[in-house]
Amino acid sequence: MDILANLALGFSVALSPFTLFLAVCGCFLGTIIGALPGLGPSNGVAILIPITFTLGLDATSALVLMTSVYYGAMYGGRISSILLNIPGDEPALMTTLDGYPMAKQGRAGDALVLSGVASFVGALLATIGLMFLAPSLARVAFFFGPAEYFALYLLAFCTLGGMASNNQAKAALAACMGLGIAMIGVDSSSGLPRLTGGNLHLFDGIDFLVAIVGLFAIAEVFFFIESHGKGSSIGVKLDKVRIPWKDIMSTKWTMLRASFVGFIAGILPGAGASLGSFLAYMSEKSIAGEKGGFGTGVAKGVAAPEAGNNSAAGGALVPMLTLGVPGSGTTAVLLALLMTLNITPGPTLFTERADVVWGLIASLLIANVVLLLMNVPMVKIFVKILSVPAWVLLPGVTMISFVGIYSLSGSYFDLLLMVGFGVLGYILRKLDVPTVPVILGILLGGNMEDALRRAMTLSDGDPTYLFSSPIAIGLWIAAIAGFVAPMFLRGILKKPQAVTD
Amino acid sequence: MASDRIFGLVCLITAVAYIAAALQIQTNLFSGEVLPKLFPLLIGGVAALCSLTIMFKPDPDPDWPVGRTWLAMGVAVLVLCIYAVMITPLGFILPTAIAAGILSYQISPNVKPAIAAGVGLSLGLFVLFKFALGLGNIVAYKVPTAAKLWDALAILIPFVGGH
Repeated sequence: MDILANLALGFSVALSPFTLFLAVCGCFLGTIIGALPGLGPSNGVAILIPITFTLGLDATSALVLMTSVYYGAMYGGRISSILLNIPGDEPALMTTLDGYPMAKQGRAGDALVLSGVASFVGALLATIGLMFLAPSLARVAFFFGPAEYFALYLLAFCTLGGMASNNQAKAALAACMGLGIAMIGVDSSSGLPRLTGGNLHLFDGIDFLVAIVGLFAIAEVFFFIESHGKGSSIGVKLDKVRIPWKDIMSTKWTMLRASFVGFIAGILPGAGASLGSFLAYMSEKSIAGEKGGFGTGVAKGVAAPEAGNNSAAGGALVPMLTLGVPGSGTTAVLLALLMTLNITPGPTLFTERADVVWGLIASLLIANVVLLLMNVPMVKIFVKILSVPAWVLLPGVTMISFVGIYSLSGSYFDLLLMVGFGVLGYILRKLDVPTVPVILGILLGGNMEDALRRAMTLSDGDPTYLFSSPIAIGLWIAAIAGFVAPMFLRGILKKPQAVTD
Repeated sequence: MASDRIFGLVCLITAVAYIAAALQIQTNLFSGEVLPKLFPLLIGGVAALCSLTIMFKPDPDPDWPVGRTWLAMGVAVLVLCIYAVMITPLGFILPTAIAAGILSYQISPNVKPAIAAGVGLSLGLFVLFKFALGLGNIVAYKVPTAAKLWDALAILIPFVGGH
């Protein structure tokens, strides 16, 4: 009954009137952010981190607010997928496959409510899974030394590069970019600057928030300038919203299975929500067979990817909280939030900062319930928000990003750097180079190097020390397999293409 | 094809430069000779390998924008850079209105809505940040002197400003 006691502690932290208010605000804001085309969980949360930081909220409140925004954005993403056929972020792509056809049949309301319920089931089950799995994984993590940590970080980059991208070399190069950027700044052991080129502004290193906001938010502006904001008008009209009990009941097993599949995919470091929704959709499709009619707008095709996606988002928190290794772009942004609040994820987090962890878990549960209550009756309001034109939205996002980054240091240098990252993000995405490994590299570079250095110091420079324990060897094998295997599987596991009109 | 080869080449040059810079890293008694250089060298090596792979196994070209769109994006980058240096001497309201207006015009080329978007966003965000979120110290407005304006602009000119 350890878990119940811990959960009670969590709720005692997270269930004050003020934090509840923050949770409701965060959920509302998050759903809007997720629903707006061009804004997704990663860039939405990224823009808000510096502002939350400047507001001077304490750690728990900031965490409650941002996790609500995070879950809200996962919920909101489905609105633009279903109504506009524009996925707000990559995992939402699978929802467009059946959601958009269903909306075109005049069942937009049904699709929205059904996907809302599926999101709730997925997120709820994943949060419960997180409660049971995370503490035991945290105990395992106590056996991790520097060699194991180095292998673990490598695993995260390898699986991320292997599974979540189309070209291994490009993903690995992106990771190197991030790691290389993380090396810039004053070296902790010698106290001498490294790779700064003598620029005083770089002595502190490059703040990961600058990179995240630049790569995710500013780059988006260039894409909208390129497309002249086309495709941001309402595609399908929404008439009446009822609760489709029949569809919900008929998809209950689909939701459960998809949540399970999504959770497992989410736990893999580096795999994340895209893989979760993809596997959930594909497995349901093969269970239903030819007669299932997947791709034509069936209820199961809407429920499966949404449950899988949200469940993977919860599952991705397991490696993030216990090992400090995020599983997706959005969890990487959440890791950035924790680091900004001076909370270091890892096995000790569960014993030393139990209030934070269990407060976070409790706030996830609260956010989930708030979102379900908010999303079914208020879905029409969120749909209205979709009609904000791109020529107001994108300049607004840019200006908020500038204020946020400016509030961090008050220096023009960070702003120019952010614009630079925006240009880099545009070029990288054009060339099909994933940007998430860059972020992950900047976030984890320091820790990864620390692990390597400590390993080398302990072993007096003997590189075989990195493979000296069974855990480390296992992680190395998993890392290599995760990087190489998708090359051969790519022919078999083909991503379905988005539906076009 | 061609864009991946160019990208690979640029990254290869960067990686080699990075390795060269990593070899120059200063060390002292506390850090030892090798450790501060080891990880940057590894990164540079892997990056160089990846760059070579991309050069020899390029993906098909993406759809790059055509002439005028490049110009529009160049202007957008310039506007954002000028905005970045002007926010310190001029404060929030005026630069934001101008920058947001130009960006809005570039996304959808209609003059009147763009002006409305610029002014509206500037004032709206000012009220939001100052009164709702209490960040007045960040979004204050200022009256600059000519010298301060020049100092700020000079940051963007290579070899002139930037201290």
